[in-house]
Amino acid sequence: MSDDQPTGAELILRALTDQGVDVVFGYPGGAVLPMYDALFRQNAIRHILVRHEQAAVHAAEGYARSTGKVGVVLVTSGPGATNAVTGLTDALMDSIPIVCLTGQVPTHLIGNDAFQECDTTGITRPCTKHNYLVKDVRVLARTIHEAFYVARSGRPGPVVVDLPKDVQFEPYPYEPPTDVEHKSYRPRRQPDNGAVAEAVELIANAKRPIFYTGGGIINSGPEAAATLRELVRLTGAPCTSTLMGLGAFPASDRQFLGMLGMHGTYEANLAMYNCDVMVNLGARFDDRVTGKISEFSPGSKKIHVDIDPSSINKNVAVDVPVIGDVGVVMEGMLALLNKRPVKPGGKALSAWWQQIEQWRGRDCLKFVQSTAPKAPIKPQYALKRLAELTAERDDVYITTEVGQHQMWAAQYLPFEQPNRWMTSGGLGTMGYGLPAAIGVQIAHPEALVIDVAGEASIMMNIQEMSTAAQYRLPVKVMVLNNFWMGMVRQWQELLHGERYSETYSEALPDFLRLAEAFGWVGLRCTKVSEVDDAIREMISVDRPVFLDMQVEKSENCFPMIPGGHAHYDMLLGPEDQSASPASEDGMVLV
Amino acid sequence: MPPRDDPIEQHTISVLVDNEPGVLARVIGLFSGRGYNIESLTVAEVERHKSQSRITLVTSGTPMIIEQIKAQLDRLVPVHSVNDLTMEGPFVERELGLIKVQSTGEKRIEALRIADIFRARVVDSTTESFTFEVTGASGKLDAFIGLMKPLGLNDVSRTGVVAIARGSGGVLGTE
Repeated sequence: MSDDQPTGAELILRALTDQGVDVVFGYPGGAVLPMYDALFRQNAIRHILVRHEQAAVHAAEGYARSTGKVGVVLVTSGPGATNAVTGLTDALMDSIPIVCLTGQVPTHLIGNDAFQECDTTGITRPCTKHNYLVKDVRVLARTIHEAFYVARSGRPGPVVVDLPKDVQFEPYPYEPPTDVEHKSYRPRRQPDNGAVAEAVELIANAKRPIFYTGGGIINSGPEAAATLRELVRLTGAPCTSTLMGLGAFPASDRQFLGMLGMHGTYEANLAMYNCDVMVNLGARFDDRVTGKISEFSPGSKKIHVDIDPSSINKNVAVDVPVIGDVGVVMEGMLALLNKRPVKPGGKALSAWWQQIEQWRGRDCLKFVQSTAPKAPIKPQYALKRLAELTAERDDVYITTEVGQHQMWAAQYLPFEQPNRWMTSGGLGTMGYGLPAAIGVQIAHPEALVIDVAGEASIMMNIQEMSTAAQYRLPVKVMVLNNFWMGMVRQWQELLHGERYSETYSEALPDFLRLAEAFGWVGLRCTKVSEVDDAIREMISVDRPVFLDMQVEKSENCFPMIPGGHAHYDMLLGPEDQSASPASEDGMVLV
Repeated sequence: MPPRDDPIEQHTISVLVDNEPGVLARVIGLFSGRGYNIESLTVAEVERHKSQSRITLVTSGTPMIIEQIKAQLDRLVPVHSVNDLTMEGPFVERELGLIKVQSTGEKRIEALRIADIFRARVVDSTTESFTFEVTGASGKLDAFIGLMKPLGLNDVSRTGVVAIARGSGGVLGTE
């Protein structure tokens, strides 16, 4: 523009810079050409070109989850926006802060079924925390700032800003962010002191307490994870975590019982069932966690700390709801507990711990790996070796796809720190892991980023190998290749009379040649004796590596609480399979 | 899932929203997406200079569901306030109906007589029809429409419920 006022597109980039953005994941197209032109003429913001818009959102999720920052996506109108929908829904379900900028046809064409037009705000309304269509350049900068505010505050989530092409061209003065309160959206961070005091009273007098922690602690930030450690140690109580919360409390700590829920540990689930005070910190009583609701921890008083009031009493009625930022709430709890003359925990919990140790003694995650050199590899063994061979590093980031391998990774990889574990929990999106790993590697160029994958899931966003090659990202994909869509196969085996309908991974590519074709290093490993060398080589090669780890085909994921069953009703291994057939009620549950 | 034997309650909820494009779609999408009932919904701008609208909703569900509905509404970004009028004390609830009755002779006279009892006004008339405007609680409209059925009722248009709390308090404030 001849004017010295910035164009809409330039104005957006200035707003992004002021919001602390240094990288954008995107894919160009007709309706975002002004944005890409503005990107071309600046150096403050780096653009990462993905190969599919869904992957742009997952990459931004990986970036966001591993840094605590807002992930930013830029896609074009029509198919660009619709391709992003799965990623947006994923971010909504897992409360990941994302700002997704979508191009739109010019304002005068909106509603005309123009080329690459779709009703982006209409389509994304139910799968975003909020969305905007900016028809007037005068509110553009303000809207971008507001989008970041909405994405990161309260319970974080994805926000779409739809940008008609003519608005991107229009010049208008830039407006920096202000600290004016949002007129209607002001989520509550500070809890009600009375509720915190009531919760502390319950915790202090509990005989069988348990902390049940979730992704909210990760979202609250590393300080919240530190506060959690203090709180759990002070109370002496056991701590379990949801899939999304892993890493908030160190896995190696004696007070940690492992993950809970459908594929959680025996000790975690039984402790949940038998506790007298349950402290839910930033989790949401998801059906994968609770099992059969009517038999969910029937004898306990329940405290639920959540920043989102709509999570309270949604699935499970609780006794003490505390609405606020979980980090702030835990600090309040600590302060009150420290003021008490008698500290909780200690001897009062010894009977409880005795009981827990007995459950732990079942060693529910044990597996038998034959040591014969040509023996097939147990997937659990492969992960255990991965954990052991990376144990001395503190810069390991794990992403996963969705399925058996994901649950095994959650069970067998120990997470000692928050923000190191990126997985699709709520939506369960196959194809999440590789693009997420790319996002993580962009944020942490020197770190070891590994996508633990299945051979079926990895095919869903396999094209992103090209992105990793382009940016020379040394991401590792470790496929636990069992030639089956394992988790679906497992359900067919247990619930559908072993009728394996369409779950065999037929016509797989030769992953070694595929890796080579994409400019990656391909490795294959089929025998137990090769596992260590393969993992070592995968880690030491400073290039993207695709490790095709062919594992035992029939292995299933245990423990398992079949759908519709209670926490005490766990299948611990294959020998349990016939003992507890799923009820008809349970069959309809997913 | 809440226990199935929890009683179903009807609640009138008043929602003050920013009058921006899509806000009604957000509210309706929330109800359809989460499987809540809408028995009646009205919306109109109430504050021109602040561009705010009030949505009055009548919905039904178990107490746990009603609590969810309010929490879900409240977390929509353009929502300023959510008031459960049914919970918060006495409130006035009104609905307006336009009811067309086509008849002649004794039936026509009877329709007019009943309209008088219900304080319904005639807003349009031909030699063989009346269009009545009747205002009141929804039950009153139901009763009136019921009585008109045998008298030649042939069209009904209703606004849905608008409601406001009794007493001097309000949510808009004074400026």
